[in-house]
Amino acid sequence: MSNAAIKPRIEKIPAGERIVQKLPVLLVPALALAGLIAIGNPSSWLTLTVAGLAMGMMIFIMASGLTVVFGLMDVINFGHGAFVAVGAFVGFTVLAWLAGWTASPSVMLNLAAVLMAILAAMVVTGLLGYAFERVIVMPVYGDHLKQILVTMGGLIVAQQMIHVVWGPDELHISRPEALQGAFVIGEAAIEKYRLVAVGIGLALFLAMRHVLKNTKVGLLVRAGVENGEMVEALGYRIRRLFLIVFMTGSALAGLGGVMWGLYQETITAHMGSEIMVLVFIVVIIGGLGSVEGCFIGAMLVGLLANYTAFLAPKVALVSTIALMVAILMWRPQGLYPVVKAK
Amino acid sequence: MLTRLLSGDTPRSGLLTVLLLIVLVSLAFAPFLFPGTRSLETAARICIFIVLVASYDLLLGYAGIVSFAHTMFFGIGAYGTALALSATGPSYGSLIWGTVAGAVAAAVFALAIGLFSLRVKAIFFAMVTLAVASAFAVLVSQMSWLTGGEDGLNYRIPRALTPAFKLFDEKILGVRINGKLLAYYLVFFVSVILFLAMLRIVNSPFGRTLKAVRDNAFRAEAIGYRVVWYRTTATVLSAVMAALAGSLLAIWLRYTGPATTLSMEIMIDILLMVVIGGMGTLYGAVLGATLFILAQTYLQTLMGVAADATSAVPLFSTLVAPERWLLWLGVLFILSVYFFPSGIVGRLRAGRV
Repeated sequence: MSNAAIKPRIEKIPAGERIVQKLPVLLVPALALAGLIAIGNPSSWLTLTVAGLAMGMMIFIMASGLTVVFGLMDVINFGHGAFVAVGAFVGFTVLAWLAGWTASPSVMLNLAAVLMAILAAMVVTGLLGYAFERVIVMPVYGDHLKQILVTMGGLIVAQQMIHVVWGPDELHISRPEALQGAFVIGEAAIEKYRLVAVGIGLALFLAMRHVLKNTKVGLLVRAGVENGEMVEALGYRIRRLFLIVFMTGSALAGLGGVMWGLYQETITAHMGSEIMVLVFIVVIIGGLGSVEGCFIGAMLVGLLANYTAFLAPKVALVSTIALMVAILMWRPQGLYPVVKAK
Repeated sequence: MLTRLLSGDTPRSGLLTVLLLIVLVSLAFAPFLFPGTRSLETAARICIFIVLVASYDLLLGYAGIVSFAHTMFFGIGAYGTALALSATGPSYGSLIWGTVAGAVAAAVFALAIGLFSLRVKAIFFAMVTLAVASAFAVLVSQMSWLTGGEDGLNYRIPRALTPAFKLFDEKILGVRINGKLLAYYLVFFVSVILFLAMLRIVNSPFGRTLKAVRDNAFRAEAIGYRVVWYRTTATVLSAVMAALAGSLLAIWLRYTGPATTLSMEIMIDILLMVVIGGMGTLYGAVLGATLFILAQTYLQTLMGVAADATSAVPLFSTLVAPERWLLWLGVLFILSVYFFPSGIVGRLRAGRV
């Protein structure tokens, strides 16, 4: 009996439980399959699936910053949509300056113009994120109520400033030549831009995973999510870490804004608050603070929104709400609840 | 008697009392003091928004819950009355059942959302309500066979409440006593009753427990109060009050559409009114709503003058253009959350004028 107490025992997770842990990942193919059955026609299913994945990737780019910021510092930023809108406007302005590049038939020049637009948007929204964190968010750490109110105020001011700088009208711009049109595979038409969006989103997700899992900064961020005080006690300045994360999140929102703007080809000052609805749904589905959950949530929302838009256009937005309700019934903290050691 | 009517929650500040009395008297005699359609419209809007903002304060200020679905409940009330009036004709019967149906529907919705999202984290509630409210707004504008879509609903109300109806042949104090005036007084008195009822609620043992939950939920739970129950009840009560305010708007405007009831702009207006007036005190709702709507109606004209006067200075004139007034309100909003979390009323009470 005493022998058994001394022996170290390694807990083995039963097979059943391991499958349950992996279940959220399986939801995406399950939903895609359900979509195939419901739609029936493989070629339109393929078009819709690519569209859904592209939409999901763009939402993920915008939502990832929000969810990491919440996980790390328990700050919920209702003004996140402002970065999306500002990013889109800055990006469009740059594209308008580079009209010669976007209109030229050369693919390289086209992509260079888009890259410039994205870079400019990310720099501006990153700096804006710095100002936002210092001026608006910093005085209200630890007080959710005030955070919601103040960041909402920040959103109002930012939207109005967009009106002041860019005027009250919406902006139109067409995508660069190389990104227009679609590939046709069999009967399915796949827009080139959507493939680009999927590529950028996937690359970003993998890069983020790599940074979070394999680098020192990522280690600190993950440790900060779990127990911020302990990280501080070990001598790391978590405030500065948080500022970096906040700026990165804002820059990603700006990137998402440019991509979303190019996707829609029309932007308004209110686009941020409209997209925020989807972003919030995704963040809640994924579990506040979890990047993986956010990614899966974004895929689910993107696919479901496109399938229902095809099957029953009137209930598209309601269906994502229903998805959120269903997931919260199953896991009240979201797909991957973030464990806090507090 | 008066203290009893106010449920023992007196303004507790000389200047505040004076301001509240000015608002009360001006609203009570608005048709005689400020003749003209525009000022009567403004007065009715102020009455309705006082109820709406006070009901939001019940949630935000007393229970510490941020909801973005308040306009949804407001809209449910308005559409309930509007649909009843257009379906069963302009009678008092349909007016009453529509209002009751709207309030019940709002209560059921609030109960569902509350039970569903308040259990986990209060912060979930803000996000869930934002998502649900925007989905609801989209749904309403798409179900045009029922709600008239973006155009909304026009309907008739009982004849005694329309301008065509004349109570007396002579004018009283130079004002013709017509149905519009009766409708105004209906709005006014119902608003006063609802406001006093809310004052009663927040000063009851229930209201005190709600404050305890707001200040320290963990402790309240430990003492033995079911926090979820209190939060959900507050949500339902505030939803019902918002729905009743919506019904008043539907009766007053004789029109209900997404832009007047469900839009996000109105939600932001409510938020601004509560915070600027003062969270956690219903008198703040009175001052906030009154100042905001007066500013909305009259300040924009003033800003237009300022913009014209400064048209030589390029950037400055765009900043003071009348369309940009929300910018300044946003700045004021942020500043008041930082420096005057208790709003105008809190300032006045602290100053003991």
